Amino acid sequence: MDDFILEMKNITKDFPGVRALNNVCLKVKKGEIHALCGENGAGKSTLMKILSGVYPCGTYEGEIFLNGKKAIFHSVKDAEKSGISIIHQELTLFKELPIYENIFVGNEPNKRGVVNIHESVRRTNILLKELKMDVNPYIKVKNLGIGQQQLVEIAKALSKNTQLLILDEPTASLTELEVDILMSILKQLKLKNVTCIYISHKIDEVFRIADTITVIRDGCTIETRNVAKFTKDEVIKLMVGREITDLFPKEDHAVEEEFFGVKNFNVFDVKSPARKVVDNASFSLKRGEILGIAGLIGAGRTELVSSIYGSYPGKWNGELYLNGQKIIIKTPKDALKYGIAMVPEDRKKLGLIESLSVRDNITVASLEDYKERFNSINSIRENLDSMELVKKLRIKTPHLKTLVKNLSGGNQQKVILARYLLRKLNILILDEPTRGIDVGAKYEIYRLINELVREGISVIMVSSELKEIIGMADRVIVMHEGKIKGEFINKNLDQETIMQCAIGRRN
Amino acid sequence: MAVNLNETPSTGRGKNIPGFNIRTYTMIIALLSIWIIFTCATKGDFLTPRNLSNLFRQMSITGVLAIGMTFVIIAAQIDLSVGSLLGLTGGISAILNVWYNVNGIFSILIALVVGLLIGIWNGWWVAYKKVPSFIVTLAGMLVYRGILIGITRGTTIAPLSPEFKFLGQAYLTNITGYFLGALLILAIIYSSVKSRTQRIKYNLDVMPVPLEIGKTAGIIILLVAFIAILNLYQGIPFPIFILAVLAILFSYILNKTVFGRRVYAIGGNIEAAKLSGINVNKNTLMLFAMNGLLAATAGVLLTARLDAASVSAGQNAELDAIAACVIGGASMMGGIGTISGSIIGALVMASLDNGMSMLNIETFWQYIVKGLILLTAVWIDISSKNKS
Repeated sequence: MDDFILEMKNITKDFPGVRALNNVCLKVKKGEIHALCGENGAGKSTLMKILSGVYPCGTYEGEIFLNGKKAIFHSVKDAEKSGISIIHQELTLFKELPIYENIFVGNEPNKRGVVNIHESVRRTNILLKELKMDVNPYIKVKNLGIGQQQLVEIAKALSKNTQLLILDEPTASLTELEVDILMSILKQLKLKNVTCIYISHKIDEVFRIADTITVIRDGCTIETRNVAKFTKDEVIKLMVGREITDLFPKEDHAVEEEFFGVKNFNVFDVKSPARKVVDNASFSLKRGEILGIAGLIGAGRTELVSSIYGSYPGKWNGELYLNGQKIIIKTPKDALKYGIAMVPEDRKKLGLIESLSVRDNITVASLEDYKERFNSINSIRENLDSMELVKKLRIKTPHLKTLVKNLSGGNQQKVILARYLLRKLNILILDEPTRGIDVGAKYEIYRLINELVREGISVIMVSSELKEIIGMADRVIVMHEGKIKGEFINKNLDQETIMQCAIGRRN
Repeated sequence: MAVNLNETPSTGRGKNIPGFNIRTYTMIIALLSIWIIFTCATKGDFLTPRNLSNLFRQMSITGVLAIGMTFVIIAAQIDLSVGSLLGLTGGISAILNVWYNVNGIFSILIALVVGLLIGIWNGWWVAYKKVPSFIVTLAGMLVYRGILIGITRGTTIAPLSPEFKFLGQAYLTNITGYFLGALLILAIIYSSVKSRTQRIKYNLDVMPVPLEIGKTAGIIILLVAFIAILNLYQGIPFPIFILAVLAILFSYILNKTVFGRRVYAIGGNIEAAKLSGINVNKNTLMLFAMNGLLAATAGVLLTARLDAASVSAGQNAELDAIAACVIGGASMMGGIGTISGSIIGALVMASLDNGMSMLNIETFWQYIVKGLILLTAVWIDISSKNKS
């Protein structure tokens, strides 16, 4: 009776410094919709990348059986040949190409290298009809809405005779209506005996669609059950339910009066300026506190803080008050002038200047302070100050002149922290400060944050790790779909309460 | 993992001489081998003071362009218009001087201003209108050449007034040469002593005394030899003097000023630079403005050296300048490059031209050899990086 299409046995995957997966087992029955639930960073995506050949065999331990046979994937192509397709969270479509070319890219029906466009279009039409999409196959993908683009991805997967379809957070950027359409299509696929692995942390959706749920936490499988044998609260508890270890050097801070206010912030999507990604958000910050901002990916947290800092690429409006005075921040330069700094989420893309040395990365935001006669930079003072920060933050670098790209992730993050600590700060915004950093370095960064707060800097910390929020923050605000849904004083606050609020189950 | 922090800020002990990377070292070796090969092939004629003087004078134009191009390339941009701009500004100075009898100094100044304005124009399109610099300057390359052909009506304009001749063909007297050399030596000694005492004062690491003295002495010996050889012929050619002044000035700007450091930051990671509060647009505009001014300087120098302005002046000069930068270690991805490296690159290109001409090798071979050298230089660099 138990006819498993997929069995993953004892999968263990290590990244430098972190064990992402530890002896994970996953069994998926033929024709079911199997939901994989877990917090951000629990290891869901890593597991699926192994299954779809993104991490080829040999880079992990453990075995995969497909239809009872051992499967060895050296590449994504191998996995596709075996009927496994993955739809990533970020869509991988070619926006400038028409639908039919997107569906058959890499797989074009051809005769001795000459593409048969009519055949592509004919098959595209069949696929689109199957998905109840009434669009012209010739229009460019960029002209479709996100929901329809998602469906094009699914059509692409189906064109490859997929038996096992993996959807990674498919509804993260969809509207309610689009979610409904997606759900009905997944049910239809089920009738056609296509098996689905559905990754989501939106519990309501999971319960609407899934037959079986597997919960993953900290790189381990926790529990697999039929959906009827689970309650939503149980799943949430299993997702987050670990004891907070003493990883967090939690301190009570002498919190003083409110001194920074954010009022009626609206932030608009870069690509479709009509869509609000942050909706009328207001909050305040007290001197000497850590304010945590929790929420799921796509809740608008990064958009909110980057527009406060003046670095958001799209449009935004709203008011900012510092010490009762209204201030206007249009660019990061303005923000820095008021003593507000932000350490961005994407360290490599937005933070590090990899071709420069540790020292140059530290001083790049403060060069004006080292200006002397003839505009020259006093490099002696620069070295002294950088060295002091290197010592204070315990940055492990052989040399101030070492290129920053040669440092470990944790030390790179400290270098970026140092960059802003070199300035006189009132407010430090940290966006996912410990993403991709090993545990030891995390602990040091937490200690450092506490040290800064003791020195009178207020910290706004965006984090997807609930334990980090609970372990560090004095106060927590929770965002859900662009709105601030709740505010909590971090006294006996538990992760479930935050999670319930973050998935919008409590208003 | 423990790190001795006391050692952290040292300038490095030979390992990490600032402003030099592996590619620059390879290029110094390559340059020396090229010189040795040509010296052997020409039975010593290549290394005569007369020829060296010529060689340096030939490289002065590419050298000046390469200085500006280094900034542009470090900022992860490109400027294809400098060759045409060089021709245009040279032409303008000649037209004013010859046709309208404008005083030499004035016509040079006007040409420089025109160069600066055109540089601002390029920079404005790149920085504020977000047109890729490749396109802006490719357009400029056509437009400025077109203007040059239009205003000169396709003729060659000559002869120019004595001020130009002085600029392009004069030599510093032997005594002036030695005097300037002595000044420079004093400056070098002063600055190394000063930085040493400062470092000691702040309790920072310093090089061992013999090494420090050795390094300074090495530089001084090279400098003296350079001046002595040029003095054996007729003295330091004036264009070389200008190139040297510009190289020192712009090295200072690139390494020691806020603007220079921002150029590195912008080229290294433009997003991070923005988040660090750097006004990327303004700095990009300044960059192109400066490059325009330097191209105009090169234009005036070339016109002065040839004592004429022609419609073809400076054709392909931008490619020589880019090649010089790349051979000298600049990265087309931005963030990496030095003035000294680019000058050495320019010297490599000029040496190849000069040596092959002396050997009467046909022009087509010169193109082929230069192209292959460029390719090999970059390939060596990339493969050495991949290994590490």
